[in-house]
Amino acid sequence: MSQTSTAPVATGSSASGGPRGTRRTGRTGRLARWAPWACFAGAAVVVGVLWPLFDLNVALFVLYTVVLGTLAVYLLTRTVEGSRQATDRLVTCLVVSAFGLAMVPLVSLVWEVVSRGAARLDGEFFNSSLVGIVGEGGGAYHAIMGTLVITALTTLISVPIGLMTAIFLVEYARGRLKRAITFLVDVMTGIPSIVAGLFAYALFAIFFGPGIRLGIMGAIALSVLMIPVVVRSAEEVLKLVPNELREASYALGVPKWRTIVKVVVPTSIAGLGTGVTLAIARVVGETAPLLITLGITNATNLDPFDGRMATLPVYAYYQLTQPGVPPQFATDRAWTAALVLIILVMGLNVVARLISRFFAPKSGR
Amino acid sequence: MAKRIDVSDLNIYYGDFLAVEGVNVSIEPRSITALIGPSGCGKSTFLRSINRMHEVVPGGRVEGKIVMDGQDLYGPDVDPVDVRRQIGMVFQRPNPFPTMSIYENVAAGIRLNSKKMKKSDLDDLVERSLRGANLWNEVKDRLDRPGAGLSGGQQQRLCIARAIAVEPDVLLMDEPASALDPISTLAIEDLMADLKERFTIVIVTHNMQQAARVSEQTGFFNLNGVGQPGRLIEFNPTEKIFSNPDQKATEDYISGRFG
Repeated sequence: MSQTSTAPVATGSSASGGPRGTRRTGRTGRLARWAPWACFAGAAVVVGVLWPLFDLNVALFVLYTVVLGTLAVYLLTRTVEGSRQATDRLVTCLVVSAFGLAMVPLVSLVWEVVSRGAARLDGEFFNSSLVGIVGEGGGAYHAIMGTLVITALTTLISVPIGLMTAIFLVEYARGRLKRAITFLVDVMTGIPSIVAGLFAYALFAIFFGPGIRLGIMGAIALSVLMIPVVVRSAEEVLKLVPNELREASYALGVPKWRTIVKVVVPTSIAGLGTGVTLAIARVVGETAPLLITLGITNATNLDPFDGRMATLPVYAYYQLTQPGVPPQFATDRAWTAALVLIILVMGLNVVARLISRFFAPKSGR
Repeated sequence: MAKRIDVSDLNIYYGDFLAVEGVNVSIEPRSITALIGPSGCGKSTFLRSINRMHEVVPGGRVEGKIVMDGQDLYGPDVDPVDVRRQIGMVFQRPNPFPTMSIYENVAAGIRLNSKKMKKSDLDDLVERSLRGANLWNEVKDRLDRPGAGLSGGQQQRLCIARAIAVEPDVLLMDEPASALDPISTLAIEDLMADLKERFTIVIVTHNMQQAARVSEQTGFFNLNGVGQPGRLIEFNPTEKIFSNPDQKATEDYISGRFG
């Protein structure tokens, strides 16, 4: 039941007095802005005092502090400001806690990889392969180059196919054909990566016999995973081009295909670049298909048509599972390879943002 | 170069729905013809059927004949793209190409069709078109700035310059000033008076006073009821339409009894 204060003094707001509000005006009071923080601080103090008594650890400390603090904020706001504000603050606390919870694995992951991978982040790691290395030393030059070659090849295959499919879907397709293609693309986005790898392997095994390992097979497997991502994002971007631009071009007597090539695609080039970059970032770390199509090698091989190649994810896998004796050196190399992969993906994301900013149609005066 | 357009028994469909029925009209060269009428009665649809833009809409089709100087625009071996090169169009909302500069926008009709032109010739053409659209003095110092960075009225004049740069025979204008302020509208109307020396102009407008100001001939479109196709009720010299129209419906519309 809402309570409007009819006391002559209350005009709905009281000066934010002491930290616990003025009880006199009851539910139309206002808490100080730092009151919620004070509640959490108080809760932290209480739990901290109880820590040695109940043998807590850091995680439990944080948990109890958050729970106690939320409870305190809710009750305090309810008594001073009213039930609506109290619910508001409660939900804010819950949402922020959920965010914090979601951040924990991310931060923990980055911390782990950086702290363990930084050990081998040296010149030798980037300059040498594993040829002749037993134990200490060695690097991942062959794996890094392999990743770059395979990714470039995958992009070369996927982007034209994906882009043209998207253009077909947006500009030409109608009715049943469009629905069918959209459905198939959606199915492709869900293909497990190992299945894509098996497909590429089976395809080449038909022609070259079992046991075949080629760089191009890995590129094909990754293309199966990358094409639907490119199609989806390109389609969204192309649909955003306003129809009046196409009409303006048609009205000038420009044929449809030229309109697409010279008006629609350039207008959406920023979004297309971003979409492609993010699609690359998605496939660059796929391990399963590369395990069965590329295998691993210790030497540098840059020819995708000539046998096994090393790639960063598979390199990390083998360094961890077949480390040799003593295992510490291989494990270090594996962690550094993982760190390089993360840096690569982050770099691609940054590039995507830069593309989006620099190539967007300008409207300066 | 401005050409005459003869329309006979034109029916315009969206799929199976008949939107405009039985239009018979002759549009004079080197003059301005205005099409007026209430919303939704088929004026824009009719206008877009003249340069075969109606077909761009899925399901859009046309029955009947539109003849321009002896050539049937809907003939069996006529390419719509060719028709649109001869008949230009300016739209209600200005739509300069955002990725192109002002110069490139005006030259777009040439460049996008890959017509080869010497740079000096192209410069002359752009300048002529911008002068023709009354925009040259305002933009001559910033031809390489983005086309989207102009005001609304300037953008619309840029679109007009773009349309006349390809030197069409006919210029169609679909409510060209409805998105503009009165000063820009005046500029566009003055521009039309200049352009009619060289082109045939057909303009669709909601603004009856504008039709009275600029046009020589006026056509009045109307619907007989909801869901009925639009029809051309009357087509006469502008002075007659606005002072002594033949049809009662025209008179009712002009005097504001409906619409």
